Amino acid sequence: MLILGPLGFAAPWVLTALIALPILWLILRAMPPAPRRVAFPGVALLLGLVDRIPVARRTPWWLLLLRLMAVAALILAFAGPIWKPVVQAPASGPLLVVMDAGWAAAPDWASRQSRAERALSEAAGRGRPAALLLADGRGDPGALGFAPADTLLAGLRAAQPVAWQSTYPADPQAALAAMPEGRLQTLWLADGLDHPGRGDWLAALSARGPVTVVPPARPVRALGLHGGDTPSLTLSASDEAAPAILAIGPDPQGIQRDLARLVPGAPVMRGGVTSRPTAIDLPPELRNRITRFQIEGESHAGAVVLADDRVRRRKVGLVGDPDRQAEGQQLLSPLYYLRRALAPTTDLVEGGLGDVLDSAPDVIILADQVELAESAELAQWVDEGGLLIRFAGPRMAAFERLVDEPLLPVTLRQGGRDIGGALSWGDPRGLAPFAGDGIFAGLTAPGDVAVRAQLMAQPSPDLAGRTVAALSDNTPLVTRLRSGQGQVVLFHVTANAEWSNLPLSGLFVGMLDRLVATARISAAEERADDRDQPFWTPETVLDGFGRAAPAEDLAPVPAADLALGPGPGRPAGIYAAGERRVALNAGGEITLATWPGAAVENRAETPGRDLKGLLLAAAALILALDALGSAALARGGRVAALLLIALAAQPASQARAQAQEAPVLNPELIRAADEVALAYVLTGDEAIDQTSYEGLTGLSQALRQRTSVEPGQPIGIDLDRDDLSMLTFLYWPVTAEQPAPSPQAYLRLNHFLRSGGMILFDSRDGDVAGVGGPDMSEALQSLAAPLEVPPLAPIPDDHVLTRTFYLLADFPGRWQGNPVWVEAPPAGAEAMEGVPFRQLNDGVSPVVIGANSWAEAWAIDENGYPVFPIGRGWEGEQQREMAFRFGINLIMYVLTGNYKSDQVHVPALLDRLRVEEELGP
Amino acid sequence: MTQAPADLRARAEAASAHLPGLILSAERLAAMVAPGAHGLRRAGPGEDFWQYRPAHAGDTARSIDWRRSARSDAQFVRDREAQTAQAVGLWVSAGQGMGYSGAPERPAKGSRAQLLALALGMVLLRGGEKVGLLGQPARAGRAQAARLAEGMTMAPTAEDDADAPPPEVLRPNQRLVILSDFLTDPAWVEALLARAAGLGVGGVLMQVLDPDEENFPYAGAVLFRSFSGALRHDSRDAEGLREAYLARLAARRDWLRAQAEGAGWHFGHHATDHAPAQALNWLYRVLGG
Repeated sequence: MLILGPLGFAAPWVLTALIALPILWLILRAMPPAPRRVAFPGVALLLGLVDRIPVARRTPWWLLLLRLMAVAALILAFAGPIWKPVVQAPASGPLLVVMDAGWAAAPDWASRQSRAERALSEAAGRGRPAALLLADGRGDPGALGFAPADTLLAGLRAAQPVAWQSTYPADPQAALAAMPEGRLQTLWLADGLDHPGRGDWLAALSARGPVTVVPPARPVRALGLHGGDTPSLTLSASDEAAPAILAIGPDPQGIQRDLARLVPGAPVMRGGVTSRPTAIDLPPELRNRITRFQIEGESHAGAVVLADDRVRRRKVGLVGDPDRQAEGQQLLSPLYYLRRALAPTTDLVEGGLGDVLDSAPDVIILADQVELAESAELAQWVDEGGLLIRFAGPRMAAFERLVDEPLLPVTLRQGGRDIGGALSWGDPRGLAPFAGDGIFAGLTAPGDVAVRAQLMAQPSPDLAGRTVAALSDNTPLVTRLRSGQGQVVLFHVTANAEWSNLPLSGLFVGMLDRLVATARISAAEERADDRDQPFWTPETVLDGFGRAAPAEDLAPVPAADLALGPGPGRPAGIYAAGERRVALNAGGEITLATWPGAAVENRAETPGRDLKGLLLAAAALILALDALGSAALARGGRVAALLLIALAAQPASQARAQAQEAPVLNPELIRAADEVALAYVLTGDEAIDQTSYEGLTGLSQALRQRTSVEPGQPIGIDLDRDDLSMLTFLYWPVTAEQPAPSPQAYLRLNHFLRSGGMILFDSRDGDVAGVGGPDMSEALQSLAAPLEVPPLAPIPDDHVLTRTFYLLADFPGRWQGNPVWVEAPPAGAEAMEGVPFRQLNDGVSPVVIGANSWAEAWAIDENGYPVFPIGRGWEGEQQREMAFRFGINLIMYVLTGNYKSDQVHVPALLDRLRVEEELGP
Repeated sequence: MTQAPADLRARAEAASAHLPGLILSAERLAAMVAPGAHGLRRAGPGEDFWQYRPAHAGDTARSIDWRRSARSDAQFVRDREAQTAQAVGLWVSAGQGMGYSGAPERPAKGSRAQLLALALGMVLLRGGEKVGLLGQPARAGRAQAARLAEGMTMAPTAEDDADAPPPEVLRPNQRLVILSDFLTDPAWVEALLARAAGLGVGGVLMQVLDPDEENFPYAGAVLFRSFSGALRHDSRDAEGLREAYLARLAARRDWLRAQAEGAGWHFGHHATDHAPAQALNWLYRVLGG
């Protein structure tokens, strides 16, 4: 190697080619650029003429210089230039090569081998004795034998990394006893991690001579598994990269493949190690099929987590009354709270009890269910190890044969009790502290949790034993009974906030998590006593590179050893005892090694900085410039100009793209929101838009005259541009020519509907199409298809729309007699006694669909006269009046919701109060 | 080269608008000019009465004008004025080289030559002359201008660089206007002029050149090739060729002029960066002079 200052050349003889540059100069000077090609009619006159000076025009000097520079750069590049090369100083004395051979050394094992081989070859060349310490924990525990270095090469080449961490012989002094005379030079090919005994060895070796440490070429990454209710993976790495984690398992065809890619979570830095907890967020079917997790791009045993039963999540079946449909009512559903509490940690199955049982859940939760048809199957399931959690509720409290109800941990008294209600003296009860040895030990009961009603247990001797949580008056809140291999748990309150505010507190989630965690997983779960099995037989083991292989000649491992993690004789893999299988994983938490007192070889600097690539790139660039220059000569600079123009044009277009303005809120919309103005959709058809405007003007005037609603000027809405969030009512005349709004407009419309807005669709054809039903015109269908419209039904007779202001039976516009469609009433709605109306929708129907052309009936001109005639004579005017009444009812409905629906209970409430007054003291 | 006849005609009308109608002068013609036919002011075959002369021996009895003879004793013969059908034949080279234009703002040589030819044709037609493209019948009247324009623009471009008028279409009593660049082998000029002189046909040779061809503004290494690609010349130092080229061009012109004057023709040249009216004026002067 030739060294010139900070520059070294690996192949200095190539530099002799630089001598040729002056010759090249002459040759290049003689070679002019390509001639211009000119079409010239006068060629005939030129024929036979001879150039006066044959080489009058030479290559321009700058082109010549470019070409020479390119050639010089090429010559220099091939001479292997290295910036600041490292030159090893010769050494004498014995050489010890320490090779970490754990899984962390596997990724760059070949380069480690070649580095060790280079050191041994050098030692052999100098006749130094050498020894090789392979830190795989399998070597002879005796003293290291020093031998001529070349005899060690065969053993070095045969060495393989192992599927456990690097392990050193216990006593460095004993191992180094046979060291020959001289200063011991140590080359330590480290895997970057700290291992037991490493410090002792470093101290012992440093005392005997210089220690050179070769750190790993690439960052160490390891994958660990955290068991528990929600098993998660932890990616530990010595750098900050976050490679994906592959979940590998057989697909439905039985072929091993990547089933999913998990993205590591937020990093946590500690001691130079970046840990990224990674949730295993997969559907249960997929998750239960996974056999191993592996860091993408890493091939060593520490990057592999073999999946065993711990990875599975519990499957919880929820059985309760189906949810009510309306938005506000889901907060009344017990299942809502259970779902919210359990969904993060478990996989939920909902449905009837039979369906839930068929899906083989680990836990079944019954919310206020009695007299179950499948109670026999349920009892058998509990006997086989299922966890049944039941919640009390009004239905259970009212059940007459509650004493006979099976599958309850305690016998219950019918009726329950109310505490702290309007008609009771006591205050709502808080929770007693949980027993220190119970299942809820460690959970703290918030002071504001109060129970207003509960089911009471029949007093019995074993009641206290079965109570796992109690109220402050020692009445049971949660009771539990083991039944067969399973257990039955009863919450004496509802799972919604009706009887207590327990479901609103975080304690509820904690209690459910504790309970679900006690459920036996359907397949064999690793129990505490699994480790007590005398021996575990390896089934599948990994090698140091993370490749699985059948365990052939490995002896069964004592359970006590298995608890220590992988090590010599027990590589990472799947171990079986009886029907249980447990995975032993090599990776996990990692600690980075530090090397006080040792010279750490900087791998990046070892070969110096190679300048070859840079020089080659420079040569390519210069040649490109040369091509441009030649083209400029031959083509009169047109090519270069084009290139420059292309370069200059780019930033300009970007600048144009950025010069867009943010949309400004339409002041007209702000006015409409201020004045509760009625809005209509601009269809693009001027006549219809005008009619809509006049119609809503007429309706606004009627509202001002007759009600306290005083809307301002109606406003036309361009769905593609205008923000709907400040409006309450939208009149949408449907025309066939209307262009469908943009997807953004539909997003706004759906948000408008969800947040309480209403759209009155008017197909204006008086159902001339005659089809009936809301699908009266294709235009309406296509326009409304992307909207979140609930199930529809013809407006029922007892709909609140019939009585929000006027009492109406029909909803005429310019036409009449056509059905008007609103959100369908819930299936089970029934009229209460003494009330002429059913308790229908809690909310406001988001759409009203009809064909009666209401705007035409409402329309008035600027003088206040009706614009369109209706029917004939006085009868028609009466129909117009009814149309106005419908409009007023509709606006009242939009603005007040089901307020009128509640009002109809007032007589019943007054009646009841009167009865109580008479009965009272 | 290709342009719509209407367009060419419009431009030619503009170019020829300032010139009064041109009547071909003829050395042998006296002042009397009959439109379309030139009276030769001597007895000969013709339509118009020229003179009564006493009958010579050799006059046939048929030729005696008996009405005039009856008034005297001698026999008279009625002579008519000799008339010739004098016509102008226009020829514009359609060689590929005529499509050359050295700069985008300059017209191609061919289109300039066509323009000149048609403008000249219009002036002649306005003077009552018969005009036709060489090889096609010459006619008088304004409608002929349209036919001329159409014939010129529809003429196919030659496949060669060179294009020459076929000498066999020459007729007596014709004037020729030959517009070409005369850059290719000019042997045909010699043959044409020889035949023309034999037939008594006079005319004009006009060389239409691009300024680039007149100045040779090239430098450096240039590969010159003709439009058809048949001829090429590779030069390393085009600048050095300029003088030799200009000398050759001048020699060619001298030769052409000598040939033309030897046959009683006229020779002129025109560069496309000059106004076409200059060339038209010159043609007007030469033909009408």
